[in-house]
Amino acid sequence: MLEGLSNNLQKALSKLKSKGKLTESDVQEAMREVRLALLAADVNVRIVKQFVDKVRERAIGQDVQKSLTPGQQVVKIVHEELTELMGGSEERLRMAAKPPTVVMLVGLQGAGKTTAAAKLALSFVKHQHRPLMVAADIYRPAAIHQLEVLGGQINVPVFQMGTDVDPVTIATSGIEEARKQGADVVIIDTAGRLHVDAPLMEELARIHQAVPADELLLVIDAMTGQDAVHVAESFSQALPVTGVILTKLDGDTRGGAALTVRAVTGRPIKFVGLGEKIEALEVFHPDRLASRILGMGDVLSLIERA
Amino acid sequence: MGLFDKFKRGLAKSRDALFGRLTGLFHGRKLDEALYEELEEVLLAADVGFETAMWLVERVRRLAREQKATDGSELPGLLQQAMEEALEDNDPSMKVAETGPSLYLFVGVNGVGKTTSIGKLAHHFKAEGKKVLVAAGDTFRAAAIEQLMEWGNRSGVDVIRHTQGADPAAVIYDAIAAARARSADVILCDTAGRLHNKANLMAELAKIHKVVERELPGAPHEVLLVVDGTTGQNALLQAKSFLEVANVTGMIVTKLDGTAKGGVLLPIVREFHIPVKWVGLGEQMDDLEPFSPKAFAEAICQAPESAS
Ligand SMILES: Nc1nc2c(ncn2[C@@H]2O[C@H](COP(=O)(O)OP(=O)(O)OP(=O)(O)O)[C@@H](O)[C@H]2O)c(=O)[nH]1
Ligand SMILES: Nc1nc2c(ncn2[C@@H]2O[C@H](COP(=O)(O)OP(=O)(O)OP(=O)(O)O)[C@@H](O)[C@H]2O)c(=O)[nH]1
Ligand SMILES: [Mg+2]
Ligand SMILES: [Mg+2]
Repeated sequence: MLEGLSNNLQKALSKLKSKGKLTESDVQEAMREVRLALLAADVNVRIVKQFVDKVRERAIGQDVQKSLTPGQQVVKIVHEELTELMGGSEERLRMAAKPPTVVMLVGLQGAGKTTAAAKLALSFVKHQHRPLMVAADIYRPAAIHQLEVLGGQINVPVFQMGTDVDPVTIATSGIEEARKQGADVVIIDTAGRLHVDAPLMEELARIHQAVPADELLLVIDAMTGQDAVHVAESFSQALPVTGVILTKLDGDTRGGAALTVRAVTGRPIKFVGLGEKIEALEVFHPDRLASRILGMGDVLSLIERA
Repeated sequence: MGLFDKFKRGLAKSRDALFGRLTGLFHGRKLDEALYEELEEVLLAADVGFETAMWLVERVRRLAREQKATDGSELPGLLQQAMEEALEDNDPSMKVAETGPSLYLFVGVNGVGKTTSIGKLAHHFKAEGKKVLVAAGDTFRAAAIEQLMEWGNRSGVDVIRHTQGADPAAVIYDAIAAARARSADVILCDTAGRLHNKANLMAELAKIHKVVERELPGAPHEVLLVVDGTTGQNALLQAKSFLEVANVTGMIVTKLDGTAKGGVLLPIVREFHIPVKWVGLGEQMDDLEPFSPKAFAEAICQAPESAS
């Protein structure tokens, strides 16, 4: 994943690495290429601008560190800023003091919410929890059936009330059902919707009001382009989003969404989806991804020691 | 309602976000370098990609010179012209079999809107008085078959299906036989979503393509790559890979009812010469429109009130 960005950034920075002395035009030239690499990777235009300005400023004004060449220092700055952009360190899910913990998944159509619901459920099972999935998507054809098939594959019960009941009622009844069954985690799958669809956004707010979620996770397709910024902004303004799940990172995505979403929402990316299989979910590590993007194991370990 | 009214309405939100800003930004300013630089940023923000953005700005510059335009307010009109030129060769018509059924194969990465687009097109062709069959060739995803059957119910179209886990090529084979027996005019074949970098899944698609070719001479009459309009530059890689294994002949760009501009269709058309045939503008049966370069360019470039 992220090969394109990785290759282009490495190309942009490799010329600097070996240089003993950096002129301002060396830095300008490298920053121009970093800009193009980030744009080609679908990082939001606005964020690219801020990022490049910040790196440039730090690179030109840098203090001389004896252990690193100036070129290596620029790589170090880019690495730090990339990590920062993606949120620093990894973050786990917040569990309710008094069960059940409620996890609600929201996002655009086809982002991967229903699949992520099952993936999360499986990971809860593996950690000795007893999850219940709630089918609150009454719009998409066969959405309930899809959740039931996935639930069947991992032996996790699915609560549903058909498609003629208000999703708010389904969610509240789902919590009651969880208490009855002794389930300690409730995962609510909601219908995909556009962030500009006011009535449907309002519906999510009503669900959240009725059953306040401990984790309200925004599911975003990693292949999303420049629109990621609007999506992230709108969802996090309309709802108290607590984190992000980035899906389909198993593609050769340019990954711009990964760099954009955190900066826009201020919320951490908690998980990444790496395939259609129910096991294909991983905790997100910003620093590791930044290192992978820069792909400079040797330089980076040098930098860590500096 | 005019042919592209819905298209324009659907794109109104995109337009507000993009050129609502554009017109405001450029009004009363001089057409100079600073303005062209801002135009480039606006285009990048529409997922047009760096090269095509440069190309468009260059075209706009040339058109401005030719037409002696000097005022910023003329920019949307010039850009519209440039975009229409970029899409000049785009032929949205669907190839039809000379005799027997026309078979259309739908391919694309996960969750882009393949199944939904088939549901909408089944309705469209049926409304034209054609006899339509749908083949449930996604035997992989949970409830993919049930989803397609619900679309079949809505439009009153038969769905040829096996069970989950069956061989997709066998389903399509059966659909071709059924189409012959029932003298159907159109066969719409769904396939499972697959990422273009998964070699084994792409090979499976190549196999489906081969079976279709063998069983129905002249088929597939169209191989439609469905692209999510919110996708960024990754869509170019999708186009390239699907073109290689499945000989893609056209595109459907979906989800243009949001704030995404679908700008990535421009570099795809320019670089791969894959025409856009349809655009998806919602989740309902009627939310599909034939693609028109003029409507697209106009809807994107002109402020809502001046869109005729
Ligand atoms: N390759 C890959 N495919 C994924 C991943 N996550 C989900 N998918 C696929 O993406 C498609 C859409 O996933 P869903 O879970 O149905 O998406 P959704 O957000 O629930 O969709 P709607 O309910 O229609 O809004 C399916 O084909 C999934 O198998 C992932 O991480 N990698
Ligand atoms: N807003 C909007 N939603 C759409 C459009 N087209 C499809 N969708 C929605 O996108 C989601 C995914 O659509 P599907 O038709 O299941 O996509 P697919 O490509 O068949 O997905 P897989 O089979 O899982 O790969 C569904 O929730 C659809 O309702 C569109 O033009 N606009
Ligand atoms: Mg779903
Ligand atoms: Mg499908």
